Amino acid sequence: MLQISNWWIYDSSLWLVAGGTFLLSVSAAVVGGFTFLQKRSLVGDAVAHSILPGVAIAFLFSGEKDPWWLMLGALISGWLSLILMDYLNKRTKLSNDTAIASVLSVFFGVGILLLTYIQQSASGEQSGLDDFLFGQAAAMRSHDLYIYGGLALVLIAATIAFYKEFKLLSFNPEFAQSIGLPVNFLRILLNSLMVLAIALGIQAVGVVLMAALLITPAAAARNYSDGLRAMLWISALIAGFSAITGTLISFSAPSMPTGPWIVVCLSIIALLSLFLAPGKGMLARMLMQRKHQRKITDENVLKAFYHLGERQGNLAAWYGLKDLEAVRDFEAGVIPKAIRRLLRKGHLLRQSERYQFSRAGLDEARRIVRLHRLWEMYLNQRLRLKADHIHPNAETMEHIISPEIEAQLLEELDYPERDPHQSPIPYRS
Amino acid sequence: MSIEAFYIILTGALVAASSALLGSFLVLRRMAMLGDAISHAVLPGIVVAFLLSGQRESTALLIGAAASGLLATFLIELLHRKARLQEDASIGISFTWLFAIGVLLISTYTGQVDLDQECVLYGEIAYVPLDQVSLGTIWSGPRPLLVSAILFALTLIYLLISFKGLKLLSFNEDHARSLGIRTQVWHFSFMAMVSLVTVLAFEIVGAILIVALLVVPAATAFLWTRSLIPMIVLAVIFGVLSSFGGYYLAVGINGSIAGAMVTVAGLFMLLSVVLMRVLKRS
Repeated sequence: MLQISNWWIYDSSLWLVAGGTFLLSVSAAVVGGFTFLQKRSLVGDAVAHSILPGVAIAFLFSGEKDPWWLMLGALISGWLSLILMDYLNKRTKLSNDTAIASVLSVFFGVGILLLTYIQQSASGEQSGLDDFLFGQAAAMRSHDLYIYGGLALVLIAATIAFYKEFKLLSFNPEFAQSIGLPVNFLRILLNSLMVLAIALGIQAVGVVLMAALLITPAAAARNYSDGLRAMLWISALIAGFSAITGTLISFSAPSMPTGPWIVVCLSIIALLSLFLAPGKGMLARMLMQRKHQRKITDENVLKAFYHLGERQGNLAAWYGLKDLEAVRDFEAGVIPKAIRRLLRKGHLLRQSERYQFSRAGLDEARRIVRLHRLWEMYLNQRLRLKADHIHPNAETMEHIISPEIEAQLLEELDYPERDPHQSPIPYRS
Repeated sequence: MSIEAFYIILTGALVAASSALLGSFLVLRRMAMLGDAISHAVLPGIVVAFLLSGQRESTALLIGAAASGLLATFLIELLHRKARLQEDASIGISFTWLFAIGVLLISTYTGQVDLDQECVLYGEIAYVPLDQVSLGTIWSGPRPLLVSAILFALTLIYLLISFKGLKLLSFNEDHARSLGIRTQVWHFSFMAMVSLVTVLAFEIVGAILIVALLVVPAATAFLWTRSLIPMIVLAVIFGVLSSFGGYYLAVGINGSIAGAMVTVAGLFMLLSVVLMRVLKRS
């Protein structure tokens, strides 16, 4: 009976809590986009941990869990930690990460000490202050939710209002200064918004996991767009979706914490995006890389056949793989695969383990050798590089030069006959 | 000093000293936040090992924790190098993800795991005297004391063996490699030792506060000296003093001993920074 009535309470507050975590997560993601861009993710993590003593002291002062007092305490200790990290990093010989780790752990230790102290005292017994460690989304009262939700909306509005300025500040602070923007004021404002977002976010996921709310949506969104505006929209979307999904999952079973579920949802989306996103994901880039690798190998094999033909004085002869290896060292095992691809593309013809250029293959081989020799010519004639210095660079450039650049090179060098090593430059027959 | 207080302080001091020994290199190698990440990330490994083996004092826990610590290191490298995510975000994503999974596992198997969220955070150093163990007739005393003594001995032995390698690794990795020193071996053995300290200290001071013991005394010592051996000695002294001070502070205000130890370590650091400032001016 008790179980059932409990469920009913959970159910009726479900959407209130979901709405609350939604707003908190979205506001953290929007501000966190800038934190991510400034590479200050771990600073955000440290600020989150550092809020704990502020919250505890605010509780000691006010004697109750009043949201306004808690916010004030959180803001003050968050800011104090920022100033201390900055000081340690700039004025002592401690490195940046040591400064962050020291401030993070000491503030957190002090927070734990105060928290245990409060819990010993009579009024602290039911304070529920340790909810701050892992979040307390499910325990939030509706009155608190309105305040936190309202503050989250203010946060989002402020970020939108100062979007242009924050963008400049994040990408090019020197330029922002030079066009007369109040850089210091903006920096303080952005930092304050970050501290506020963290102070709000820990209501949902707690201090330990807060860093995820701040940076994980941005890390996921960056795989889908290069533009800041789109990135912020996508990260807000991901954060909102994860907040609601996480809340729903955690409500489906008793005593499931909401914060960790939100973070797990966020992390899964981020990891999937990092690995699988089209274009910028790890997998897409690996495939692209392999494609390029193969193209370069194929071109090198064609070129080796051409050199072979040049050396023997007969481009139309049939050559075996042994002859090829005499011209150029290839990595073990790449030649048979490259030959198979070239046969499939119709660039080579086969007759009992001997190979010959097809019409298209010969043109392609000529093109590559031409680009190589043209580029050597350019380096030698225009950049005045010695003839024995130019080969390695041309080895790379021959795979990259586009038809447009080729045309320009031909124009510039006036259709030369021979390259600096006196080898003939092959043109289309 | 009562015998209980002595046990608690000695256990804390041994953990703090082991942490300070390794932490000095962590600070010098600018990897303090990686230590932080590992200390969070061992949680799911510990819980899974606990569920599988069903007991707390087993080698399974060590293996589980070391596995998830390595998983975190690997994930951070993968995200940073292969997925080209900036390093700070790689660290942030990896450890929050693993820690969240750990917390979820704990709350899912509440009845079966003799771990709770409080233990994860505070450790149970206050209960050290209650957990007695005896080794035949040779010695009998608190088990955590024995564990931390072994930990300290292991750390000392490791450092004696690898001192030269770690020193070169910390100051000039390229030079070390050019001398033919296998830097990867020292790097991974060092990370494994950090994971080991994290795991063994886990029950004693809690997963998160171990970071403070790793980093803060070493950072304080680093402020005072520029040579390696004095730095390590000073770090150990600061660590041990934090254990003493922390115990009495905690008893004084009736709070968490681990939290108080960190608070005292932080005070040493604050005092050092202020003193350096004053000394520089005069």
